[in-house]
Amino acid sequence: MISFTPSEEQIVMKETLEKLVQSLIKDNAHDMDEKREIPGEFIEKFRELGTAQSPIPEEHGGYGLPSSPLMNAIILEELAAGDMGYAIASTLPSLFITALLDLGSDAQKAKYLPAFAAGECEGTLAINEPRFRFDAMMPATTAEAKGGSFVINGTKCYVPLAGKAKHILVAARSGNENGLFIVDAGTAGMAVGEKEKNLGLNTLETNTVHFTECKIPEENKLTGADGYDRLLQKTRVAMAALGTGVSRASYEYARNYAKERVQFGEPIASRQAVAFMIAEMAYEVDAMRLMTWKAASSLEAGRDAKREAYLAKLYTGEMAMKITDYGVQVLGGHGYIREHPVERYYRNGRGISCLEGLAAV
Amino acid sequence: MLNLETPDYIANLRNGINNLAKSVLRPVARKYDEEEHAYPKELDMFRGMQILGKPKKKKKEGEEKSAADSGPAKPKKGINLSTVAVIEEMCWGDAGLLLSIPNAGLGNAAIAAVATDEQMERFGNMWAAMAITEPGSGSDSGSIGTTAILEGDEWVLNGEKIFVTCADRCDCVVVWATVDKKAGKSGIKSFVVEKDRPGFKLEHLEHKLGIRASDTGTFVLDNCRIPKNNILGSAEVKQGTEGFKGVMKTFDNTRPMVASMATGIARAAVDFMREKILENGITLDYSANPNNISAIEKEFYLMEAHLEAMRLLTWRAAWMADNEQFNNTEASMSKAKAGRYGTLITQKACELLGPLGFTRDELAEKWMRDSKIMDIFEGTGQIQHLIVARNVLEMSSKELK
Ligand SMILES: Cc1cc2nc3c(=O)[nH]c(=O)nc-3n(C[C@H](O)[C@H](O)[C@H](O)COP(=O)(O)OP(=O)(O)OC[C@H]3O[C@@H](n4cnc5c(N)ncnc54)[C@H](O)[C@@H]3O)c2cc1C
Repeated sequence: MISFTPSEEQIVMKETLEKLVQSLIKDNAHDMDEKREIPGEFIEKFRELGTAQSPIPEEHGGYGLPSSPLMNAIILEELAAGDMGYAIASTLPSLFITALLDLGSDAQKAKYLPAFAAGECEGTLAINEPRFRFDAMMPATTAEAKGGSFVINGTKCYVPLAGKAKHILVAARSGNENGLFIVDAGTAGMAVGEKEKNLGLNTLETNTVHFTECKIPEENKLTGADGYDRLLQKTRVAMAALGTGVSRASYEYARNYAKERVQFGEPIASRQAVAFMIAEMAYEVDAMRLMTWKAASSLEAGRDAKREAYLAKLYTGEMAMKITDYGVQVLGGHGYIREHPVERYYRNGRGISCLEGLAAV
Repeated sequence: MLNLETPDYIANLRNGINNLAKSVLRPVARKYDEEEHAYPKELDMFRGMQILGKPKKKKKEGEEKSAADSGPAKPKKGINLSTVAVIEEMCWGDAGLLLSIPNAGLGNAAIAAVATDEQMERFGNMWAAMAITEPGSGSDSGSIGTTAILEGDEWVLNGEKIFVTCADRCDCVVVWATVDKKAGKSGIKSFVVEKDRPGFKLEHLEHKLGIRASDTGTFVLDNCRIPKNNILGSAEVKQGTEGFKGVMKTFDNTRPMVASMATGIARAAVDFMREKILENGITLDYSANPNNISAIEKEFYLMEAHLEAMRLLTWRAAWMADNEQFNNTEASMSKAKAGRYGTLITQKACELLGPLGFTRDELAEKWMRDSKIMDIFEGTGQIQHLIVARNVLEMSSKELK
């Protein structure tokens, strides 16, 4: 039955993460961004909660609980309200695990999941490509079948933690369909580049990865039919959740600031020109969240969520720009200075519509 | 347990009402737009259908409560969600006609909310309009100047009320008047004035941009006398603004309804756009990078996305009311968003339709005109922003004017 209220369990998770973000991230996000890294123990703190292990079957060392796109959307929003790079980095194993659970064969699950269940392993997804008119549905990277192997050629960018990942899941065109291929670290023909320098998401280490005649065994292809589409849906909803989180952070900061900042003898919030921006931020953040939850609800019900996921990402991508822009504007010149987080939210918010596949629900 | 999947009972209701809208409202939508002020007799079949006015403590409830409407998260009370769903479908058919449904005026909602049994007996079967607005008092409804003075067993009313929806067609009007100007907002009370009371005169009907099927008029109250027990609620003037706040609270139910009207009209425009796009051999597959598709496709997807956002905000506000959660902020959020984006979507549809968006041979231009009112009545867009801002900033109306 329809409900707009999170369950007890969802509320507990949200509150737990709110506290975690408050104590670890909020005050450190600025330094993390400047230093362009996240202290390893911060990432561990989240991973200790075991959300990545939760959907891994018991036989592979996990908790065997049903995976919940709604819960994952709540998690991503909450973490992104602290720092979007942190949200992506700390939940990264889930991206690989989700793909494997949905699309992997039994043998693939048995091979890869135990290490993830033990928390010993980093895995990532390579989807974006550094080119104009990039389209996730039409990767330029190719995987050609050749005598029991696949040969991968192409360049991927914004691959989260590619330098640390043991396995990289590569989206590539194979024949006339899209497929996902597991490439292990150290495979000949794969070169992981330096840490990229980007507009935003500074805290997150991302790399460009080149594939030149990179040969992988046939069994490294994920087999699930239509799987690529489904994974893309899950990543789009995740991007929407991240967009909601970063926009919410900007909204909350601007709202509090507007009440404190006094000009012309009154808090700037007492002027409609400012207050109406705050109001719009408030309902658009809610709308973004509802769009995300709507698509996540479809996924949770096991339905195809192509349309909902697409619209959620489109909406949150547009709105993340609008809302984080408002955030800077409400602070005026102070919003332009890196001491205040709204400039960071503005840079990070740009990523939602530019990029694909940085997390999954 | 969070779940935004549309429940079966709502999906079925929407289907049923959509058929009705398609077969009864759409075919005459243009006719009553052209024949402004003509009574749409096709609507007689809806007389008594509870669309806008929902009797609260009455037994009417539970009609929609089929087997599907069970489970732990089923609405405890009220039918706000099903009401907004019905309204969206009806307005997909025609908004002006929805506003003209007999016995479903805003006044009916006000009566149903507070009437005594005796009053329900007398007014329950009447078509009741609502008259708050005056020439000098629009958004600032607390400043109304119409007066009501008790003389023996009668109230004597004086003043002028404008922009009254269903002014010509209604049987009675719920009139806001002050019994004590010095008391400010707490002096404001509502009175049921039957159309045939002496001194009560329908002065003229307006000619409007849109919703022309709905009649809008001005009343003059010139020493208009009504029985003492035509007052709704208590006559006592209480200290503070609690009483007025109570009156304003009905807006928490009606604003999502107006948001839903905007959603219904915008959806009509979106559906028409989709039809035209598909007719022209363009596929909408919801997968390609939005910047690699044609401008018309991207604009269309954005229209759809905003439409969905309007509906979700509206359904949330209605669902909260059903579950007895205070929804003042959320109700205004839904109307702020839907009022504004209903306007933008219907404008955009006309733009994308080109010549088809400017001709009266199609309904698109009409939807653009109809939609505009949704950002004006029941509190303008600015007023909704003001309410949301005060709530989220936790500022009083003195701190944030
Ligand atoms: C077709 C139609 C049907 C209607 N039906 C009814 C009905 O049935 N019953 C009824 O009582 N009324 C009805 N109304 C009246 C409607 O509710 C009012 O028109 C509306 O509340 C706005 O009041 P106003 O027109 O006087 O505008 P004003 O209040 O004069 O507003 C003019 C502009 O100023 C802005 N503004 C006003 N105050 C503020 C503020 N504090 N901060 C920022 N901006 C502000 C407004 O948003 C608006 O843009 C109807 C109106 C129309 C057009």
